[in-house]
Amino acid sequence: MSVTAFLTDSTLCIGCKACEVACKEWNQLSEDGLDWSGYSYDNTGALGASTWRHVKFVEETPTPGVGGNAGEQATWVFSSDVCKHCEIAGCLEACPTGALVRTEFGGVFLQPDVCNGCAYCVVACPFGVVDKNHEDGRAFKCTFCYDRQKVGLQPACAKACPTESIKFGEINQLRAEAEERVRVLEQRGMQDASLYDPTHTSVGGIHTMFIVRGDARSYNLPPNPEVPTHYLRKGWTSAAISAGLLLGGTLLAFLTDGARERR
Amino acid sequence: MRHYSIPSSNPEAADLEHEKRLLEIRREAEARGEIKVRGVRPIGAPFPKASPQTGYYGIPLLKPPQWKAEIPLYFFVGGAAGAAAVIGAIAHYTGADRKLVRDARWIAAAGAIISPALLIADLGRPERFLAMLRVFKPQSPMSMGSWTLVGFGGAASAAAFAGTLRERYGPSFPVSVVENAGNAASIPLGLGLATYTGVLIGATAIPVWNQHIGDLPMHFAASGLGAAVGVLELIGHSRSRALQALGLGAAIFETCEGIRIQGRTHAPLAPLKHGKSGAITRVGGVLSGPLPTALRIASAFTGRGPANSLRRWAAISSIMGSLLTRIAWLQAGRVSAQDWRQPLDISPDARSWPD
Repeated sequence: MSVTAFLTDSTLCIGCKACEVACKEWNQLSEDGLDWSGYSYDNTGALGASTWRHVKFVEETPTPGVGGNAGEQATWVFSSDVCKHCEIAGCLEACPTGALVRTEFGGVFLQPDVCNGCAYCVVACPFGVVDKNHEDGRAFKCTFCYDRQKVGLQPACAKACPTESIKFGEINQLRAEAEERVRVLEQRGMQDASLYDPTHTSVGGIHTMFIVRGDARSYNLPPNPEVPTHYLRKGWTSAAISAGLLLGGTLLAFLTDGARERR
Repeated sequence: MRHYSIPSSNPEAADLEHEKRLLEIRREAEARGEIKVRGVRPIGAPFPKASPQTGYYGIPLLKPPQWKAEIPLYFFVGGAAGAAAVIGAIAHYTGADRKLVRDARWIAAAGAIISPALLIADLGRPERFLAMLRVFKPQSPMSMGSWTLVGFGGAASAAAFAGTLRERYGPSFPVSVVENAGNAASIPLGLGLATYTGVLIGATAIPVWNQHIGDLPMHFAASGLGAAVGVLELIGHSRSRALQALGLGAAIFETCEGIRIQGRTHAPLAPLKHGKSGAITRVGGVLSGPLPTALRIASAFTGRGPANSLRRWAAISSIMGSLLTRIAWLQAGRVSAQDWRQPLDISPDARSWPD
């Protein structure tokens, strides 16, 4: 298969968390503890070193007539979050060891045997995905099931999803499917359905697109994520100027110092 | 395990009653942000919400920096060592006091030994530092910094050792080659080491850092210079006019930088002004800017005895200020990452629960 992607459709998600469990089982990730967050039924909170799939629960007051919701009960929109596998990935650019690589499937893969735990990728990710495991000191994130894709299998989360909310396939095909799906949803009256794929920013699009209902910000999806290399030019320019000033200043200070010895 | 008392007569009707009451409580919580019913104390009320105005329950979008205390300490040591190497090399070329050259070189060499040790302490195991040298990656400031540090270690210690050998056993050809090479290389590498850490934290997703990247390398270079001058003055160079000029320059720059940070009304810079990180920033700013500036100016107008002591106090102030500044920036990064509003383009005054 060529370049692959996920399309996570929150209008089909039932919040069963099978993707979270399948991911943990396949990748042998440890549990995250069982604390009740009080944030709807989301007790996971966020992606992390041992959580590579995370189902978000956006609980809303009822909107009569949409999606068959009625009466007093709250409505939910669920959305399964995952590493975005950015087209231009902040973590990949920042990694000083070459542990993070772009695979032949277009995903961003963190080689755990190369990672040295410098944790620079953690602050370089504009989506807050990569996390450091403090027990062994290295960083971890979704592998896009590189091992499964390598042998022609689809990722564990997509395989386990009972409603095909997580679709896996060739990226351009999925993009087309996503646009078609948004159109269909609009026709059905869900005017607030939209595709989250930030191609307009320096991230240049993601390999795990999301169809969400309402504003993407309710799902902690940033409207304008920027890859940190975006700031490099300004930073190095400033560094060059400050190096010049430091050098010039030091030269000036010593050249005008009357006390220097003549050699 | 929780136990609920269910009336035995008509459990279904009782359930409905409870459900109704629960809905009332929820509405009250939503409307007022708190609940005044006696005997009801829901943990966490007012309840955060997931909405375009409140983000996702106010859960931080970004991950905070995972670096331990060794990293700000490294920024301090590396910055001072880089600036000391530049001072040593320039002092050597301009024919300044030989003892000043030797001391500056040894400070640089000591910093070059302490720095990797601090980084290794943060990474966990020594061989992990070697993984930094697998690739050379210009787009990664961390990679550039690692190579700079390794090169700097070689250059600074070569200059220091060879210089000492020459002074002790007289000049010889191989020793001068090593000394001159080390001296020449320690200028660009020292400049790199003193400035790159600003680019390193600036080119990240953390708002307080990346919104200040244009200033950070200069800020850190001035901070490193102040610390290097301070250390040199404390070990017996408190009469050098060149060091006085450099220390004054660094302190004046840090004063301007402090005013600029505290004066900018840019929402992502809030962690530098409020809370614990804001307090550390301010104390660090005063210690590295206005205080040494005033002490150094005062020392220019006093007799030799008091001037010396004033300069020593300015040196101590600059060193403490430099260290606190690095700690403050790391702390501000942690606070900034916890703020869910900035990356979501939500007003900085918004709360995680609806009004």
